Amino acid sequence: MTIKNAMRDHGQRYRPRMACLKKVGSAVLLEMQDPKTGVKSQLQRLVITTIPHAITGEDIVAWLANKFNISAEEGRSLGTMLVALGYIYPLQDHKRLVVKPDASLYRFQTPYFWPAQQWPVEDTDYAIYLAKRNIRKKGILELYEQEQYNHLHKWMNHKWDFIVMQAKEQYRAGKERKKPDRAVFDCQERAYWVVHRPPPGTVSGMDYGLDRLIDPNAEEVTETDLIFLTFLWLPSLSCFLPRVKSSVSIGALVKFVTTHKNHDPFLAQCLPSNPWVTDDVSYWTLNMANVEIPTKMRVERWTFSFVELLEDPRGRDDFRFFLKKEFSGENLAFWEGCEDLKWGAAAGMSEKAQHIYKTFLARGAPRWINIDGTTMEATVRGLKHPHRYVLDAAQTHIFMLMKKDSYGRYLKSQVFKDTTKNAINPEEQKFTDAQLDQNARNRRPSLSPIAIRQMELEQKAKLAASGPVDITQVMSKLSKQGKDAPPPPPPKK
Amino acid sequence: MCDQTFMAITFGPCDNCSTTSPLMNIYIKNEPTNYCSFCVEMMACQGLLKGETLASLKNESESLKKKLEEERAKLHDVELHQVAEKIEVVSALSIKTRRVLKGHGNKVLCMDWCKDKRRLVSSSQDGKVIVWDGFTLNKEHAVPMPCTWVMACAYAPSGCAIACGGLDNKCSVYPLSLDKNENLAAKKKSVAMHTNYLSGCTFTNSDMQILTSSGDGTCALWDVESGQLLQSFHGHTADVLSLDLAPSETGNTFVSGGCDKKANVWDMRSGQNVQSFETHESDINCVKYYPSGDAFASASDDATCRLYDLRADREVAVYQKDSIIFGVSSLDFSLSGRLLFGGYNDYTINIWDVLKGNRVSMLFGHENRVSTVKVSPDGTSVCSASWDNTLRIWA
Repeated sequence: MTIKNAMRDHGQRYRPRMACLKKVGSAVLLEMQDPKTGVKSQLQRLVITTIPHAITGEDIVAWLANKFNISAEEGRSLGTMLVALGYIYPLQDHKRLVVKPDASLYRFQTPYFWPAQQWPVEDTDYAIYLAKRNIRKKGILELYEQEQYNHLHKWMNHKWDFIVMQAKEQYRAGKERKKPDRAVFDCQERAYWVVHRPPPGTVSGMDYGLDRLIDPNAEEVTETDLIFLTFLWLPSLSCFLPRVKSSVSIGALVKFVTTHKNHDPFLAQCLPSNPWVTDDVSYWTLNMANVEIPTKMRVERWTFSFVELLEDPRGRDDFRFFLKKEFSGENLAFWEGCEDLKWGAAAGMSEKAQHIYKTFLARGAPRWINIDGTTMEATVRGLKHPHRYVLDAAQTHIFMLMKKDSYGRYLKSQVFKDTTKNAINPEEQKFTDAQLDQNARNRRPSLSPIAIRQMELEQKAKLAASGPVDITQVMSKLSKQGKDAPPPPPPKK
Repeated sequence: MCDQTFMAITFGPCDNCSTTSPLMNIYIKNEPTNYCSFCVEMMACQGLLKGETLASLKNESESLKKKLEEERAKLHDVELHQVAEKIEVVSALSIKTRRVLKGHGNKVLCMDWCKDKRRLVSSSQDGKVIVWDGFTLNKEHAVPMPCTWVMACAYAPSGCAIACGGLDNKCSVYPLSLDKNENLAAKKKSVAMHTNYLSGCTFTNSDMQILTSSGDGTCALWDVESGQLLQSFHGHTADVLSLDLAPSETGNTFVSGGCDKKANVWDMRSGQNVQSFETHESDINCVKYYPSGDAFASASDDATCRLYDLRADREVAVYQKDSIIFGVSSLDFSLSGRLLFGGYNDYTINIWDVLKGNRVSMLFGHENRVSTVKVSPDGTSVCSASWDNTLRIWA
């Protein structure tokens, strides 16, 4: 237990829960305690006295399920949270803060002890409480409480006289109460401390994690922030943004769902089966990144949008193959080079930019790409001071070119038709229970991504060493033979 | 698709210091100018606008906010649930726990999937970061961090490294190795340095850059190799708790959510805040893009999840229910975007129908708060990490 740093207490402990506590406290709890429409209450019989307003776990669950129109399971979960936070406390088995959906008895906690109250739960108060119980009957403290007591005694030694005095006062005041009231108050107080000083091994509803830095109670907007807000962010947000009508944009969102509906494993059957459900990894094997023959579903996704085609490595390979046949592979190669520049390491960035310029943009470049004069001019100017986004404009131009032109032709091409024809359409595979058990026993690890990458690097090294066919040499040879269109005239300066 | 709406980003010499860099468009005394991000910060800090008082600034920002709302309302012609009426209802889901990953000694705070769809990395309060093969339940790597509360962890796109950080205010990258005996902590690379706790981190499209969010109110883009700060993003006035990168390869934006109840969309190139949404009533714990990249959802302590349409520039749906009173800590979309999985502080996961707005199902099983919920890269399962020291994979 740590001594709280009083100076930093902005009421932080309430911040992550504040919103929900308000709802619980003000609405739900009051309704639950309504004598007519609330939870049924009954008498609890102790040895001599009876204590009113006890409620059973099953009544709590039923009332919540009815009030919010939810299932019993959810009602039980919600009830357990109310108990965990200390709004309702159990009369039997008081250290387990859960709602048992049976005849176990509970009672509503008095608002004095509700967690939403604004004063922090002090160690001093806990020390007084433990001391008081010790005075009443020595040896009544449980082991974990005894340990806490000893710890507090050590750390609060300087105010121990005060603590003992307070404990004695409270004990005396308690004795003057009527026996039923005293029994109730003792229960309430005990429940309060179970919530705020949970026994070891239990989950605490008060546990909210780390403090957040901002003070929830202050309107902390600094002058700098206001300046930024007024002169920078808000004007640009209103003016620059090209907004679209709701019907158009929402329509697009809905359309996305409809096109992808059959590809969502939660909504449609995964073929042959979902590996997590049947422990059979055929689905993953059939859909590996560099598989020779893709599945029909996978090929269908390439038709949804150009981006889906590019994002799938197998789709991109197919597209690249098509472009090679059309002798327009340089566009895709340029686009990939730009991506590599944007997302690559900072070191060697200017060299990369220069290399791309020499290969694709310069006059007479081996893989010259066709972009309009203005973009070319701006790009060349930017290359004098290269940064990772210097090729952005050119990349966008080429991307749109591929999307509007090559993509459409690809979808109608023989390459794509062949791929579609050969694509696999696996049947749904059903397993018997015995087979499922066997699958579960036979779960095998897969090849590590690290190993895969090592293999890729080795393969690249091999290709480089053996001197592959340089496509740029082939291109220039072909154009010399006149089999290609004559190279376009160099851009005017 | 993202390619239709492009922010006109200028690159060139700054109007103030003449260095060539990505420029931000700002207004000084109602005159539009182009400053580099450094000069913008200098200007704000020097308080060049001394003629303004705090009160007049507040008034002006209030009236600008109102104008923004009016602009947004002009194009508001239909509601999401109206368009969704024609769509058929989601059939009953039968999702069960398929794996329980035990091994952490304390609260599991974060997890991330590997692109191979079965491996994942998770981090916990006691400082341990574990790489698992979710399918076989094997623990492949275990990295002890020097700090507690490792709140953020991420798997590199190549699957060969992980990034994590938390109370140490840093984000460190650990290259993974096939050698079981190798001490991964020895190869650690400290990449990001913030002035307060790290709340979120993610790799961009390669292993070479990471994007981080921090309790100090900023997000930042870093080069992994050199540890160099490439771009910083200022605009939140409180802790930033979460961020998410736009999905498409042609997108250059990301969204962040923080304790100032704002969800901001940023341009990664210029550092500019291009869109902002402030409709939540409490801290935003998590933000996630819709699979198409045209919308995003946010999860908040006010017990609601909200969907924001980026092209229409407004909130289009609120996912809430009377019986749900506890904050949402994390959320994720299914592959088609139809389902939204939300992990709540009442130990449950609620599944929402994104289009129709109703709750479809509930998942019980965790014995403490659900801290992170993530759908696997191919959409076949969803993994939840919880403060009950376990992770569960559901399908």
